[in-house]
Amino acid sequence: MELFFQYMVAGITYGAIYSIVAIGFNIIYNTTGIINFAQGEFVMLGGMIAVTLNNFMPLPSAILATVLITMIIGALIEMIFIRWLVNPSVLRMIIITIGISIIIREAALHIWDEKVRALPYFTGTEVTSILFFGAHISPQVLWVIGICSVVVVLLNLFFNFTMRGRQMRACASNRNSARLCGINAKNMVTLSFVLSAGIGALAGCVISPITYVHYDSGAPLAIKGFTVAIFGGLGNSMAAVVAGLILGILESFSI
Amino acid sequence: MIKIKNLETGYGKLKVLRRISMHVNPGEIVTIIGANGAGKTTLLNTISGIVRTRAGEIIFDRQNIAKFPPEKIVLMGCSLVPEGRQVFPTMTVKENLLLGAHVLYLKKRKGLIKEELERIYTIFPILEDRRHQMAGTLSGGEQQMLAIGRALMSKPKLIMMDEPSMGLAPLIVKEIFNIIRKLREDGNTVLLVEQNAKAALKIADRGYVFETGRIVLEGTSDDMLTNKDVQRAYLGRDLDAEAKL
Repeated sequence: MELFFQYMVAGITYGAIYSIVAIGFNIIYNTTGIINFAQGEFVMLGGMIAVTLNNFMPLPSAILATVLITMIIGALIEMIFIRWLVNPSVLRMIIITIGISIIIREAALHIWDEKVRALPYFTGTEVTSILFFGAHISPQVLWVIGICSVVVVLLNLFFNFTMRGRQMRACASNRNSARLCGINAKNMVTLSFVLSAGIGALAGCVISPITYVHYDSGAPLAIKGFTVAIFGGLGNSMAAVVAGLILGILESFSI
Repeated sequence: MIKIKNLETGYGKLKVLRRISMHVNPGEIVTIIGANGAGKTTLLNTISGIVRTRAGEIIFDRQNIAKFPPEKIVLMGCSLVPEGRQVFPTMTVKENLLLGAHVLYLKKRKGLIKEELERIYTIFPILEDRRHQMAGTLSGGEQQMLAIGRALMSKPKLIMMDEPSMGLAPLIVKEIFNIIRKLREDGNTVLLVEQNAKAALKIADRGYVFETGRIVLEGTSDDMLTNKDVQRAYLGRDLDAEAKL
């Protein structure tokens, strides 16, 4: 029975990670109709930048700065590669994002190196554990699950109760109608890149003590996140959470 | 209100509008009638900035808006109720209306939004009853009312409607046309594109007839209703044939 809970918690942790990557996919898919294959790279950048910044400043401010920096990178990527395209085909944009992911990965290899890094545990150390129904779980697991839930709740509030969020949903639902309401659709696309970059970076920070991070760790996460986004039905963030948890739990029980 | 001079547009190699010139005066209902493919919808989409202008001028509010993006044109006070309604189906009725008020939000006149919402609810009481319902679950007529309401939320100087009667039951069509007439009484200016030529000419002050991207006829709607060619082509009556009988 202890083993059951142990596997269950491990599954939920990975599930939470997958869902948060999938939500990043969904935000951009919703406003542009494209799959941003560089989403995994945002997670990797989050982890790497935070590790570097943590050498100069305490952990909380390092994470905050990392999220902001990655958001700016997300905005720049959209402005440089996507924004100026006139009526681009979906396939062309997807191939551009694959290109971007390769560029970011190679840049990361040159800026840092091929070594595996990790942030320190947010509370306690690697050996601290909390007893939960007979299962030993690391406090970091609670951080991952907690932060993922907070992100999901905040995103839901943002999309449903703020004018900005409604505008983004309007662009997703019918771009021309949104423009006829006076909404600047291009800015909404930039905003969606900023949001998903920020969420990806935050995820990269919280998971790095458990999963570690190196220049190449984005792609596997992106593949899992993509699977989950498809499983949950592209564009539906709540379904992505459920799909993420299902995939995570299935994985941990099938070992 | 709006003046169009020698407007030309097209898609790729195809020329859709050829040297269109027309105008709408403040407080008028002007209707554009014509067969499928005549370029009526393209004209409205060009005015609202969704289709790019190739040549010519669109003067609105003393500015040439021909090269402006749609969001700027809406901000200037020229709203389009698009063909096929195009409401946001996964959002509630109220959210749809609030998005229409986005322009007021940009102009920092947020205080007006609530007032406008009340005004729309008095014009379309059914929308108030359904305000928490998803727009996609409304009937065709209700969606059309929502689309008109959404465009009105920006307090436009000119409201353009693209076939508001499309796919609606005759009773609902009558209601929609009554509402358009009422809008004019409230001081709105309307540019109306319609397939239902008879109903449109009955409420309009003036009309233009489009044929393959050209204006072939223009005049007051009374003149048009009695014009032989218009009657034969668009109103389903052939006076010459009837005279022979």
